[in-house]
This record gives sequence, C-alpha cells and structure tokens, in this order.
Amino acid sequence: MSTILDIEKIRSQFPTLHKTVNGKPLIYFDNGATSQTPQCVIDRLKTYYEDENSNIHRGVHTLSQEATAAYEDSRRKLQEYLNASREEEVLFTKGTTDAINLVANGFSRSILKSGDEILISSMEHHSNIVPWQMACDYTGAILRVIPINDEGEILFEEYQKLLSTKTKLVAITHVSNTLGTINPIKEMIHAAHQINIPVLIDGAQSIPHMKVDVQELDCEFYAFSGHKMFGPTGIGVLYGKYEWLEQLPPYQGGGDMIKNVSFERTTYNDLPHKFEAGTPNIAGGIGLGAAVDYLNTLDWKNIQIHENLLLDYATEHINNIDGIQIIGQAQRKAGVLSFVHQKAHHYDLGTLLDQLGVAVRTGHHCTEPLMHRFNVTGTTRASFALYNTKEEIDIFIDALKRALKMLL
Amino acid sequence: MGNRNVEEELIEDFDLFDDWADKYEYLISLGKDLPSMNEEKKIEDNIVKGCQSQVWLTAEAKDGNVFFEADSDAIITKGIIALLVKVFNGQPAGDIVNNNLSFIDQIGLKDHLSPNRSNGLVAMIKKMKAYALVLNKA
Repeated sequence: MSTILDIEKIRSQFPTLHKTVNGKPLIYFDNGATSQTPQCVIDRLKTYYEDENSNIHRGVHTLSQEATAAYEDSRRKLQEYLNASREEEVLFTKGTTDAINLVANGFSRSILKSGDEILISSMEHHSNIVPWQMACDYTGAILRVIPINDEGEILFEEYQKLLSTKTKLVAITHVSNTLGTINPIKEMIHAAHQINIPVLIDGAQSIPHMKVDVQELDCEFYAFSGHKMFGPTGIGVLYGKYEWLEQLPPYQGGGDMIKNVSFERTTYNDLPHKFEAGTPNIAGGIGLGAAVDYLNTLDWKNIQIHENLLLDYATEHINNIDGIQIIGQAQRKAGVLSFVHQKAHHYDLGTLLDQLGVAVRTGHHCTEPLMHRFNVTGTTRASFALYNTKEEIDIFIDALKRALKMLL
Repeated sequence: MGNRNVEEELIEDFDLFDDWADKYEYLISLGKDLPSMNEEKKIEDNIVKGCQSQVWLTAEAKDGNVFFEADSDAIITKGIIALLVKVFNGQPAGDIVNNNLSFIDQIGLKDHLSPNRSNGLVAMIKKMKAYALVLNKA
C-alpha cells in the first residue's frame, strides 16, 4: 500500500503535518473540519501581502490592477477546475455556509411562496438545514426531509416520492461530513430535473476527495469551502448556472455590486459582481487559486485508490475493537470514519487521543438531526486526506486502544 | 478563603503523578468515585450549558452551607466536576462565590483544564457560583 503515491513527497509540502502535539508527532485526522495547507498556498498568501496588497476592481494604479488580475485569475482557475461553462458562474463567498445562505436568501425573496417545498436529506450539515428553515419561516414554505437507511444511505424511492410540483429546490450534500456517505447526486439531479426542479449540492466534503465536473453533474448550484480543499479559510465558492444567478436578486448591498447608485434608484452590477458586495477576501481568493494549482498537480485516480485503502484499513482495524460501532456504513464512502463506543464517551476519547497526538473531532459534527436518527449524542470522527498514511492509522488504533484502557 | 485543606490535598495528590496519563487516570478515578445522580434529577434545568458532554448539577443549602450533586455522561468531565464538588461542598455560599480556584493552576492540569478547551469548566464554575448566590439570598 501507499506505493501508488509518493506520500512522503506530498507530506513534505504540508508544514503543519511535521509538528508535534503534546510531545508526540501530530496525527491529523480532522480533515473533514479543515485540511492542512501546502507550502505553495502559504507562499502565495505571503506574496500577496508582501507584493500585491491593494484593493481590487476599482483602482487605476498598478498595484490594484495586479491584485485584480490575480483575483480574477483565481476565478478562471476555479471555472476550469469545476468545468463551469463561464467564469461568471463562479462566485467567491466566505465558504459553503455563506454560499448556501446566498441561495436561500435569493429563493426567499424571489421564488418561494407559502406551501412550496424545499427538499433536503436527513444527513445534512446544519448549514444546509438552517438557511432553508429560515427561508421557510420567511415565506411559509415547508421543509421536507428525505429519509436514510441504517447504513446511512438515501432511500432513493422515498426521495422520488417526495419530489412534486410543490418542490422548488432540492438541497443535498454530495458527501456526508458525519457518515462519509457519497450520495448518488447525479441520479438525484436527473430525477429532480424530470420535473424541472433545480438542485443545490453541498460540496464541502466532496471537493477534497474527488474531481467534480459541474456540467457533467448538471446541478444548478454547487457550494464548497477553500479551507477543506487545502486552501485558505474564509473563502469559498458558489457555482451557479448563469441563468439561475441572473434570476436571483442580490444577497448583500454595497460597493462593487452596483452599476449606478442614486438615492432614487440603484442598478446592480453584472455577474459575478452582483453577488460580491464590498471588499472581498482578496488574499483568500488568490490563495484558493494556488490551492487549485496544487490540486491540478495531483494524480486523482491514485489519490482515490489511496484514500479508499486508508478508509478500508481503518474500518477493518476499528471493527476489531470490542464495543465499537461504526456510524455510517454506506457502500460508497469518502474520507470519514465515525464511531461510537458502547461505554466510552466521545468527549473522553477525543481528549485522550489528543494527549496521544491524534487530532479527531468529537460531538454532533453540526448534524444534530442525524445524531437523533442514529440515537447517539455524538460520535468520534476520524477524517482522512490524501496525505494521511497507513502508519498513522496504526498509531491512531493503538492510541484508541490505550484511551479505552484508561477509561474502562 | 475557601476550602483550603481540600484544595491542598488535591494539589498534593496530583503532585504524586509525573505524566499526563497518570493525572488523567486520577481524574478518571475521581469521576468514577463521584456517585451517580438520580435519573429524575437529570432534567433540562439542571444541565450545564456549554459542555460537549452532558453535565447535570444541583445544589442545596444545609445550615448555611452549600452541597452540590453532579453527574456527567463523560467520565473525564465527571472527574473535573468531582474536583469542583470536592472543593466547594459544605462551604458557605459567600466563600464559593469568592473562590478564585487557583488550585486548578497548581495541580498540573492547567493546559488540560484551560477555559479555551471545550470541557465546560467555565460553565460548570459559573453554574456552581450562580447556585451559591441564589442559596445565599434565599
């Protein structure tokens, strides 16, 4: 295993992976929350602040034009990476949450009416639940939830039954942050399109694990965050089909999103600027472009093989520990291993694993309804990235056994 | 101010252990030794908000002193609250409110019990002091 990728070379590009925590080499298994940042992205951020820092879009001076060019160049890189048909379809946002709120706000103010329905699934992150609840509160629309089976897979027939002429949008996660389930989004999008329902995909957890082609998927919206795909924090993307972004009203008002302003009337700017009010996260946008450059150097086919091997290896070894139950046993999974122990609390496990140098996440993972579905208060979640290794999993399993010995 | 003897005992106890694992094992044993709370007391009103694990806390006054009962579904958290219960139990409300809990810095778990960690320590202390304030006025 691991020979398919030069993992040591990959790891050497991530400075954080070489630090020690509590006197032990860091084993970073909290990639579902935030991925580590490669040196090329860190360097790009540094260069921006050292060499290019200025406000974009409106400056006539050279520095501003250079920063604008770098920022817009990032947009083009993302367009190409996602295979979007035009660069105006790539909006910079603060992250996935901001992107979903943008769409929910637009739907609230221009599309949703009382009695309309928004369809989500049982495994959504709070950021793909609460914006829709707010939209429903505002408009009188109704939130419908697609059930899942005990393995953590969407019940496709139930989904099809819930689709109706009342449905105004399907908002669904590509990969579950808690269960790791890869949802059959292509089939789900196709089913929704049969009755002209648009689909938003929460891609926060999928983008770091697979290549996404928005034209192939044919989704109307695809949202994701920079900091989970080896980019900076505070920057993310909303991809939206041009005609849909044209149709939605602006989200926030301010500078940059206008053509003309008078006290009587304001005309809005063209896409993508209509949705990018105020000075954006310029460094973040440029840094995200560098993350895309980094992703473009990777061999995705072998990365997926490597990540699947890691997940299978971890799953097999964790299953051998008495009292552990894996939450999320879908046929198709990516990057996430969530589990509970019949006697040890996830908080205790997370605390002791941290002392042993292993960073995992514990709690409800911002999916409280999903916790209720599985009748647990929280789980311990190890989430992997392309730079993790089988040796790290061995250390994690040993640490987990030691923690359990201390607790039981 | 406060229950100096108990605090000093705890400092001495923790002083016996050199490494983090022994200190944690002691904390875990304190948690295991703290009696469980009756299920009927584990109600919403008694939950300490702000902990990743569930913590329940009740208090009553006897002869001017305050007595706490606490429980948690996580054993390390229960150990942390057991420390506080040991220090605060049977103390006058005023002493509880004014105790700055400097012993926490001295038991060598400062990093582990830092308020920045999501262990709910701050929330527990706040709720215990709030109980003491109310009982003091009653």
